[in-house]
Amino acid sequence: MPTREHFSEELEKLKTDIRELAEDTKQALVIAIEALHNRDVKKAKQIIEDDHLIDEKEEDINEKVMILIAKQQPVATDLRRLIIAIKITNDLERMADHAKNISKATIHLGEDHPISIHPGIREMADVAFNMVDIAQKAFMLEDISFAQKLSEMDDIIDEKYGKMIRELLELTANNPDQIQYLMQMAYSARYIERFADHITNIGEEIFFLVKGRTYDLNE
Amino acid sequence: MNTLLKQKKVDNKTSVKPDIKENNQTKSEAAMDKNVFEVNNLNLWYGNDQALYEINMNVPQNKVTAIIGPSGCGKSTYLKTLNRMVEMVPIVKTSGSIQYNGEDIFSDKHSVEGLRTKVGMVFQKPNPFPKSIYDNIAYGPRIHGVKKKAVLDQIVEKSLRDAAIWDEVKDRLDENAFGLSGGQQQRVCIARALAIEPDVILMDEPTSALDPISTLKVEELVQELKKKYSIIIVTHNMQQAARISDKTAFFLNGELIEFADTDHLFSNPTDKRTEDYISGRFG
Repeated sequence: MPTREHFSEELEKLKTDIRELAEDTKQALVIAIEALHNRDVKKAKQIIEDDHLIDEKEEDINEKVMILIAKQQPVATDLRRLIIAIKITNDLERMADHAKNISKATIHLGEDHPISIHPGIREMADVAFNMVDIAQKAFMLEDISFAQKLSEMDDIIDEKYGKMIRELLELTANNPDQIQYLMQMAYSARYIERFADHITNIGEEIFFLVKGRTYDLNE
Repeated sequence: MNTLLKQKKVDNKTSVKPDIKENNQTKSEAAMDKNVFEVNNLNLWYGNDQALYEINMNVPQNKVTAIIGPSGCGKSTYLKTLNRMVEMVPIVKTSGSIQYNGEDIFSDKHSVEGLRTKVGMVFQKPNPFPKSIYDNIAYGPRIHGVKKKAVLDQIVEKSLRDAAIWDEVKDRLDENAFGLSGGQQQRVCIARALAIEPDVILMDEPTSALDPISTLKVEELVQELKKKYSIIIVTHNMQQAARISDKTAFFLNGELIEFADTDHLFSNPTDKRTEDYISGRFG
């Protein structure tokens, strides 16, 4: 019988929990973006209401990690696995907060606002969804080549964000009566950009797991 | 941004190239470390069975060096080679060199007794003599010719203090050492080793027969002792090696697989076999 089979099983379960949390977080952003486009205030409120479920999952994972550290006294890669589990979970929870923030912007905009949703929002969100999928692969396979891709995709989001902000500024100058709405649009773009930064952090954490050193993919 | 990874330059992030195979000790650090033992190409056989293969391992002065590895990996054999105790097994043959403070320990110029005076040893099971606590400590100095009661008193007190057991036994020095607890007996044995003023203390699983609190007391003691002595400790308890040592050597099947700073070896070992062993995923 292989040694530490029970511990290995617990680590696998933990991985599954984290992947599920990542999926929940992605879904929160998917729904938040749909609600923003469809002026669906009801759905936006639902996202805000459901955020506590993600918070609870985060707490649950952190507790499991603490118990595993105390009982199994891991070292080397095992220890890094547990440390990054806490960090990734924290990133995922913050990502879900950004989905919640976008939902707040949807509520502020209301159902009858006069502006159309900037196409950059959809473009950024699509890249971000893709990033979550790649981060999940990187995490499950402990593969830094996927993690490295996140850095490149984050650059795309940053570029789109910069372009969108410049365009929104122009619109603000020409349509001063719409500033309050355009601001909500800019905030939403900012939340997606921050969401992507957290996924990039997950890439860094996978680098730390595999290499045992810290790298910056967010520059 | 360039797609190549950029490494942060802030203090808490690494700024070295992402090659994990590098030696974790810098040249300047290596130059500063003085070695009490320098072991080169050491091979050892029990009859026809080779127990150690080409060991190259320098033991730093005033540090705690831990040796870990599964049973039969050669770690105790290696330890006992350093004070030539291994030669008590008649069929032992060795090749290679071991220098203690720059001098060959196998040279005819130096006696085995002289070496063992400087390189003391503490064993797995506490083994006090069936004598009083005082006589246990005074035994070595007496053999070395110390006769004056006042001098012996001084040595006994100093040794027991250094072994962190003086306060527990000072009022019963005349009592038989067998009356002490296992943990106390082990510290008396450490005091006995200290009484002849060694340079190096070899410890062969010194806490494996002790309860957890006694174990922690001995571990604390080891931290104190390294200020004055160089300590080499063989242990089956990996957490103990991680807690108390500065450097750790991992032995497997008679080979030295990895020898590195303890912080490095337990957080990011270079060799997969080390990782498997310390993670408990061996076999």
